[in-house]
Amino acid sequence: MSALLSVKGLEKTFGQVVAARDINVDVPQGQTVGIIGANGAGKTTFVNMITGHLAPSGGTIQFEGSDITGLPSRKIMRLGIARSFQVAQVFPTFSVFENLCAATAIARSGSSVVGAALSRFVSAETSADAETALDQFQMSPFRDALASTLPQGVRKLLDIAMATAGNPRVLLLDEPTSGISLEEKFGLMDVIMGALKARGTTILFVEHDMEIVQRFADRVLAFYDGTVIADGSPAVALGDERVREFITGTLIRSKDGSLNSSRASHA
Amino acid sequence: MTGLRILLGAVILGGLGAAAPFTPLWLISLVTLAMSTGLVVCGLIILWRGGLVPFGQALFFATGAYTVALSGRWFGLTDAFLLIGLAVIMAALVAFVVGFLLAQYREIFFAMLSLALSMILYGVLVKSETLGSTDGINVTQASFFGLKPRGPGYTFALFWLALGMVFTAWVGVSAYLGSVAGQLAGAIRDNEIRVEYLGISVTRLVHLKLTISAALAGAGGALAALSISHVDPQMAYWTTSGGFVFVTILAGAASVPAAFLGALLFEIVRTIAVALLPGGWQLILGSVLLLTILFVPEGLGSLMIRKRAAVTEKGAA
Ligand SMILES: Nc1ncnc2c1ncn2[C@@H]1O[C@H](COP(=O)(O)OP(=O)(O)OP(=O)(O)O)[C@@H](O)[C@H]1O
Ligand SMILES: [Mg+2]
Repeated sequence: MSALLSVKGLEKTFGQVVAARDINVDVPQGQTVGIIGANGAGKTTFVNMITGHLAPSGGTIQFEGSDITGLPSRKIMRLGIARSFQVAQVFPTFSVFENLCAATAIARSGSSVVGAALSRFVSAETSADAETALDQFQMSPFRDALASTLPQGVRKLLDIAMATAGNPRVLLLDEPTSGISLEEKFGLMDVIMGALKARGTTILFVEHDMEIVQRFADRVLAFYDGTVIADGSPAVALGDERVREFITGTLIRSKDGSLNSSRASHA
Repeated sequence: MTGLRILLGAVILGGLGAAAPFTPLWLISLVTLAMSTGLVVCGLIILWRGGLVPFGQALFFATGAYTVALSGRWFGLTDAFLLIGLAVIMAALVAFVVGFLLAQYREIFFAMLSLALSMILYGVLVKSETLGSTDGINVTQASFFGLKPRGPGYTFALFWLALGMVFTAWVGVSAYLGSVAGQLAGAIRDNEIRVEYLGISVTRLVHLKLTISAALAGAGGALAALSISHVDPQMAYWTTSGGFVFVTILAGAASVPAAFLGALLFEIVRTIAVALLPGGWQLILGSVLLLTILFVPEGLGSLMIRKRAAVTEKGAA
């Protein structure tokens, strides 16, 4: 079976710090992968390398069978890999609707500078796309609010909605629920997954909350000190001894193996 | 831009053109010169909206002006339209080349690098005998599709030409500002990372902005050269660039017509200031700038279209 995204022997060092070592992962089309790990385990670095934000020190990344290792992020983006950020990246002086229009207009202009110079920003099509996104991500009440004034959760949603404007095949979400109150986390993830599952988007999301991971991931990758220490279904991965010792911090001496749902050990 | 607005613009400019024969020549010359500045400022608005302020836009202004002068001197070209076309192409070409470097920089680095490049051109112009050195070069009188008006007729012809250029620039720049690339200026100013992750190159967008702004500066330089009938290295000097930035602050980035009104106001204030205080006219100009920044920080244009700008410019349908 050929994977949509295939990572082999991925390495990244920052001087003395090894942020990724020998990471091997194959992600088939349509899977939702939860990425867990303590602070500094290398989760963001992993996302950054796949999306071209960082050039790997070694190893290869293949997407749909072709090598994308070290390509600039905008090219990777155009091939169909999009991302959201740990700290939401939006246009603060634009309204929510304008943010979405910017995203849909770029997608419609073919993401080229010439295309962007020749197509109109305000068009029926881009507006319609933006309205659809507004609807799918349930941001209609914030339509005309400036992005800088948004509550954290809505800003995260906006970031994700913009990332999906080009209809990516793969979407990487770096901590979509960080900074969001416990009560709101599930609702937020429901909205995100609801909007994306219908499109068949392959999703990789970094998450510290194990309940969220259990609920939404088909598969879990556990990072520790730059390596993947467990890879499997949530039940298997979260039950792994080392995962429980180093990440979930719920290594309890009981024999039943049931998962403790206490929160991850992040500061 | 709607057809109605284009028609309105054409009517206003046409009215100005029709009024020319009943206007003192010195005033026509002044307005023509102001329009050449306005063309440059139009280009600066494009950069300004993206958060970029070049302190060396005179580089492209002088390139346009010298293209006109040298095409006449070396190749005997006199057709005004041809000269202006060449000036625009040369200025855009220079911007395209230096853009590979400039478009990598932002903020003060962009500003100073652009200044540095313009000072290099200034140095070359001053040192080179072939380029006229400090004395500059006289520009031969242009022809218009074979017609060679002289005396007041020439002043009128240049004025009408200027009106045509203003109209073209206004329509063109408005179209650009309404395009995806144009509207992304605010996005670039806000968050380059997000723009890149929407799949489009910020560097190339900036490169494009720079090239368009240079084409406009080249057109302005060409018009200035024709209307003064002379070019000299001062046209590339940093005080010339400073003047353009001055007018841009005065006009603001909100509206294209404001660029021309700002330029006109600038010329008028400068003319009056020189008449009132021959040795210290900068004092008056400086005070005007200070008052503008204090009381109309968004420029004259913001007074003209404050409400509409917020809604249509960024694209709410
Ligand atoms: N640009 C960088 N320069 C130097 N070191 C870096 C850089 N980016 C990450 N690191 C280091 O690499 C390691 C992995 O960092 P990374 O940001 O990938 O962790 P993370 O798993 O995303 O953590 P968190 O949960 O805090 O977001 C850390 O030790 C970090 O300090
Ligand atoms: Mg991280």
